[in-house]
Amino acid sequence: MFRLAQRIKFSGLAPSRSVRSLFTADKYPVKRGNYSELNAEDIKYFESFLNSKDLLTDKKDLDAVNVDWMQKYRGQSKLLLKPRSVSEVSKILKHCHDRKLAVVPQGGNTGLVGGSVPVFDEIVISLANLNKIRKFDDVSGTLTVDAGVILQTADEWLRERGYIFPLDLGAKGSCQIGGNVATNAGGLRLLRYGSLHGTVLGIEAVLPNGDIFNGLSTLRKDNTGLDLKQLFIGSEGSIGIITGVSVLCPPKSNSVNVAWLGLDSYEAVQKTFKLAKNALGEILSSFECVDRASMEVVDAALKKHDMEAQQPLESMHPYQILIETSGSNSEHDEQKLNAFLENSMENELVVDGVVAQDEGQIQALWQWREGISESSGKWGGVYKYDVSLPLPVMWDLVKAVENRLIERNLQSKTDSTKPVYATIGYGHIGDGNLHLNVCVREYTKEVEDVLEPFVFEFIAKHNGSVSAEHGVGFQKVHALQYSKDAGALKLIKEVKNMFDPHGIMNPYKFIE
Amino acid sequence: MSNKLKILVPLKRVIDPLLKPKISASKIDLTGLKFTTNPFCDIALSEAIQLKEKNSNLVENIHAVSIGSAKSKEILVAAIAKGANSASLIETEKSVEPLAVAKLLAEVAKQQKSNLIMLGKQSIDSDANQTGQMLAALLNWPQATFASKVEVSSDGTSVEVTREVDGGSVTQKASLPMVITADLRLNNPRFVSLPKLMKAKKTKIDTKKIEEFGTDITPRLEVEKVEEPPVREPGIMVNTVEEFVAELKKRGAL
Repeated sequence: MFRLAQRIKFSGLAPSRSVRSLFTADKYPVKRGNYSELNAEDIKYFESFLNSKDLLTDKKDLDAVNVDWMQKYRGQSKLLLKPRSVSEVSKILKHCHDRKLAVVPQGGNTGLVGGSVPVFDEIVISLANLNKIRKFDDVSGTLTVDAGVILQTADEWLRERGYIFPLDLGAKGSCQIGGNVATNAGGLRLLRYGSLHGTVLGIEAVLPNGDIFNGLSTLRKDNTGLDLKQLFIGSEGSIGIITGVSVLCPPKSNSVNVAWLGLDSYEAVQKTFKLAKNALGEILSSFECVDRASMEVVDAALKKHDMEAQQPLESMHPYQILIETSGSNSEHDEQKLNAFLENSMENELVVDGVVAQDEGQIQALWQWREGISESSGKWGGVYKYDVSLPLPVMWDLVKAVENRLIERNLQSKTDSTKPVYATIGYGHIGDGNLHLNVCVREYTKEVEDVLEPFVFEFIAKHNGSVSAEHGVGFQKVHALQYSKDAGALKLIKEVKNMFDPHGIMNPYKFIE
Repeated sequence: MSNKLKILVPLKRVIDPLLKPKISASKIDLTGLKFTTNPFCDIALSEAIQLKEKNSNLVENIHAVSIGSAKSKEILVAAIAKGANSASLIETEKSVEPLAVAKLLAEVAKQQKSNLIMLGKQSIDSDANQTGQMLAALLNWPQATFASKVEVSSDGTSVEVTREVDGGSVTQKASLPMVITADLRLNNPRFVSLPKLMKAKKTKIDTKKIEEFGTDITPRLEVEKVEEPPVREPGIMVNTVEEFVAELKKRGAL
């Protein structure tokens, strides 16, 4: 290994354990639904067809699945089931449906809105044991997998065969494809390969009554009837459990280039984006923007762990962008990229920058971008808002939130008695998606009151979305009204009730 | 003798170290793969530049040189962007062995009137680890290989080098002129600044054909075959100590 990049592992930077979350049920005004309680008969029934290793009731085993990745939500489930086949999933759900036992499906548990952990005593159904790659067609690039296959495993498997998975995101090492589809994850390359609504060709799912929906098509075109699989994409476990997915995979690009650029204003970021779209066209695969505060947070998080990495640029510009191109001809791509870079520097949009010289530097630059999310939790906790907004007002939200916090004397980097450490913004300019993170030393009501409903009202005013790619989960269930009108909410509710008349699927979340 | 350092940094263009080329028909297939500066050469260059930045009075110039195809110009342009003063290319499509490389570099060192040569300890493609040592012998200069720290005396007449050796490090001192080969821990090369890279592209790179040097580059080595290392067989799980011992006995390890 030849670069510093390889010696730094951002993955060690999970949120600090100092903030032990209370039970979600004690922290938030939520009441247990009218569900049955789990009894010995239920366990006995599950034991009749599940391997003993796949039925867990130990507190130790349940602790890990009761808490979300950010340690913000803590459920009280007494049972974890890890089925090994679609028919096992079906038997479990049919029983729960008949008995009116609430369940929560769980993939890699990397969600950021509390959607994958129980709120009360819901049974956790983990898809981790459904982890086979089912088949791959080398000509069309269609891959069919079990829901529990880890995203990175699938991507590496495909890369060996000259293809890639069309989705890529920071949590790829632990998140599962079923969970990605159930939450309609967006990620880093949506700009190039589109959303899962386009790349997913088929879905197999178990409905709450135990029926198996076999929509595992590998056809690109199919105009027969309603496109039911679309209902499951982004359904967050509210209408069934996805057990299998077929997805259209693009060929691996032979030539990948990454540039990291420094800009002095958000105005320049927008102009550079326009220029990049024109100059790079079909090879532009990522256009990410991070602000100075984000870079400072990563830097400080690394230093906290006695690690240090070279900043991409010598001076801290207020806005920094990462541009990635993926194409088939390296000389051709480099020519295009160089022309674009020359142009943007001549126009004084870009004031400084670096271009990765090799794969090691490509990875190092991406780590600066991908490391932000993990670094942001290092001071105790983080309020994450993942929003869609029109590009011109995107960073107005970051500034408005930071001003509110400073006005109320709640934010300071040096004074540790203040609850907020920093307010940072980063995101996918190419998709109009901003991540607003408020890094806090502790989760407090005072800060929450400053943030909400202010953030949601700001979004509603600009016709944005309160959740661009993280989903609704438990966190945003009350905020849906800011993005969807009453008619749409009613329709979602009716669809949910049709699939799940007893309301056992992932309750207290997604839709009120 | 002038006290000013005239540093020569040889650079080799190699396959991106993180890529794994395919082997087909006993040949390494490099088509379509990304190439870059050999990481150890990059570390040597980076050290030379840092010496210059720390003490500009001490270093008169840094000259980067590469032996290879016309595409090696790319890494020389990057070297200038990083801070080398000038660069030259000895152009050839042939593969050149360490001894011939050392002879050519000795020639360049004479032309450039270099008094310090800083190069990578080895290239990551051929892993020969010979060029620096041969070069020192041909020039009859002192050498310090596997450097992890380099300190030039304030008057610029001698250099103290900490070298990585088995089980620790050795610090040696020699007077100039000398040859230093860089090890991994010497420094972490920086990213190349884009504005400087744009400017560097306009710099002229002095290019000569390898034949103009009159050095004998006929290969002395013959590659018989190239093959992948054997794939490691997956381990097995044993449940008891007895089973473990029995398994060891079966395999003749006990």
